[in-house]
Amino acid sequence: MTNQPEDQSNYAQAEVNLQLDADQKINLMRDMIRIRRFEEAALKYYNAGKMGGFLHLYIGQESIAIGAVSLCGENDHIITAYRDHGHALAVGMNMNECMAELFGKSTGCSKGKGGSMHFFAPDKNYWGGHGIVAGQTPLGLGLAYGIKYKGLNGAALCFLGDGAVNQGTFHESLNLATLWDLPVIYIIENNGYSMGTSQERSSAFKGSLAQRGEAYGIAWESARGHDLYEVRAKTQKAFNRARNESRPTILELATYRHQGHSVADANAKKYRTPEEIGHHKENFDPLSLWKNQLLKEGVLSEEKHRQIDGEAKAEAKAAVEFAEQSPYPEISEITEDVYFEVDQGSTAGKTGRHFFHD
Amino acid sequence: MPMTLYRHAINRALNEELANDENVVIIGEEVAEYDGAYKVTEGLWKKWGDKRVVDAPISEAGFIGMGIGASMLGVRPVMELMFFSFAYVAFDQLINNAACVRYMSGGLINCPIVVRGPANGGTSVGATHSHAPENLFANMPGLKVVVPATARDAYGLMKSAIRDNDPVYFMENTLLYGDPAAASDLDDGEFTLPIGSAEVKRSGTDVSLIAHGRSVLVALEAAKQLEEEKGINAEVVDLRSIRPLDEETILQSVAKTHRAVLIDETKPFCGISSQIATTIQQEVFDDLDAPVLRVTSIDAPAIYSPPLEKEQVPNARRVVEKVMQLG
Ligand SMILES: Cc1ncc(C[n+]2csc(CCOP(=O)(O)OP(=O)(O)O)c2C)c(N)n1
Ligand SMILES: [Mg+2]
Repeated sequence: MTNQPEDQSNYAQAEVNLQLDADQKINLMRDMIRIRRFEEAALKYYNAGKMGGFLHLYIGQESIAIGAVSLCGENDHIITAYRDHGHALAVGMNMNECMAELFGKSTGCSKGKGGSMHFFAPDKNYWGGHGIVAGQTPLGLGLAYGIKYKGLNGAALCFLGDGAVNQGTFHESLNLATLWDLPVIYIIENNGYSMGTSQERSSAFKGSLAQRGEAYGIAWESARGHDLYEVRAKTQKAFNRARNESRPTILELATYRHQGHSVADANAKKYRTPEEIGHHKENFDPLSLWKNQLLKEGVLSEEKHRQIDGEAKAEAKAAVEFAEQSPYPEISEITEDVYFEVDQGSTAGKTGRHFFHD
Repeated sequence: MPMTLYRHAINRALNEELANDENVVIIGEEVAEYDGAYKVTEGLWKKWGDKRVVDAPISEAGFIGMGIGASMLGVRPVMELMFFSFAYVAFDQLINNAACVRYMSGGLINCPIVVRGPANGGTSVGATHSHAPENLFANMPGLKVVVPATARDAYGLMKSAIRDNDPVYFMENTLLYGDPAAASDLDDGEFTLPIGSAEVKRSGTDVSLIAHGRSVLVALEAAKQLEEEKGINAEVVDLRSIRPLDEETILQSVAKTHRAVLIDETKPFCGISSQIATTIQQEVFDDLDAPVLRVTSIDAPAIYSPPLEKEQVPNARRVVEKVMQLG
């Protein structure tokens, strides 16, 4: 079962949270609800056969992407793995382009070329969406390198799973991060499982995964990922370290995915008991927790919540319609977007043969 | 007799070889308790236990390298890559260590390891998960590369691969695992098929369609259409093994039909079909009535969009069109 750190500090009193006004708090709620309604719609149409391949849902983990990305400024950059819809919406990608991508349409964010696991929006400092477990971890380091090289005051947020920490590239990245003082923040979204393998069965050290940072002289911390205030408070500390000292951080956030590993996960209800899943849905659902928090604070009414929820559902439904009505790419487009120079029609792109099928 | 599915045929081969040789061990992600991401190892952990069927963390470079090292000591690991696309994470181990250590040691060391997993496009899982890398590995002397198209071949070749004393990279296909068209009527008794022998899957007189893996089924489908719609009688040659390669069967077929269309899911540049084409023109040039043509994947990373990807990989329509171009 996912470890839930016991820290009961009042993160609502953290400076970064005291600065939030009522509207901003409600917007954070709206952002989380939008992810959930988007993904519920995606699930429905995946099951109806409208999409191919895999669909890895983020439901249950929304507070992490929303909390962390809410702290990003113009020089901060974000990268994650294949469970990427939440981060995509968090950085401001719209539902239409995301849904159309899932449908494989040319109006999708990657023109139907990437699919669910490969969303990108560099204009929003969002660098994907990566299908190879931990493949994004050196890239995140590279974003930090670029930020530092260009003399910018920013940080790279690199998300990864509890399974990804066992890839060699992640460890190589950690060494480089300290060696070269790079402003990278690794956020381990520890949902307790890598596919059907629990953390206990994949990691030798049974305690904190973030603690591995000690071996590389990296500051680390763990937190309750379902608590938006805590996610923001601890991520802000990491941002300060990155922006002020150009030093890396590993943050491990305890969380839980409500659905299977992907929709195709045949054993989704075998390696986790229904009780365990129910326990997390009931007690640690970030959406319910935040809603109750805002009701308690008196900044939210049930009616306002209903209205926002209705809007998110309508937005998701409209995105499905947009996707359904959009065209598929043309066959000739398969070989577009392979080479920059060819796409530009530059001399380099016109010299020599680039493609070899008949 | 009931037909055995491709995935069950491999499962049976693995189960029998676990019984035949106590040095055989299966290692990979989700192969044990989960029964395999694609259920190829279903039931084996339950039957053989923790020592013989081992779940690995997501550390391909580490556990593949470990398997290669263990094979040098005479363990016979059968390593699953959940997708052969993930071989790229372990590429150094698969090439620099498995393929080269025998040579560099002057023949003192050998690596009896099997690395297996699905290596195919066509399932809309995007570029990172859709590689068909048989040409990359077959490029490397020291490695054997096997790509079975049917349950019977998968069974017999898997048993040979496990018994072989060189590294064998065994490429399966997620689309074949449950495909009735790839299922076979398997005998009850154990048998092996030699690595390095092709098979004529359909005999014909007018053109040789030469393929491997799922493209064999595409070729058979195209041959049917060619016969019914165009009156062309195509022969289908299934390579089964890429390296070692059964050149004799290829050349005999082309010498008979005088025409060849090569169907190859790898990318065209130095694809498997490039090697076959050069062999044909070199050895039976005078027998050819037309240039050797190819149907490969369209030359770009795998597109996600489902209807488009079906066009990107070889399909029967594209094969028929290509045959008609022969004139
Ligand atoms: C190199 C590589 N190996 C294996 C896989 C197959 N795979 C995809 S996701 C996954 C589990 C990853 O778990 P974790 O890092 O905890 O992330 P989560 O899915 O829980 O978000 C596996 C084994 C892959 N995509 N890439
Ligand atoms: Mg996980």
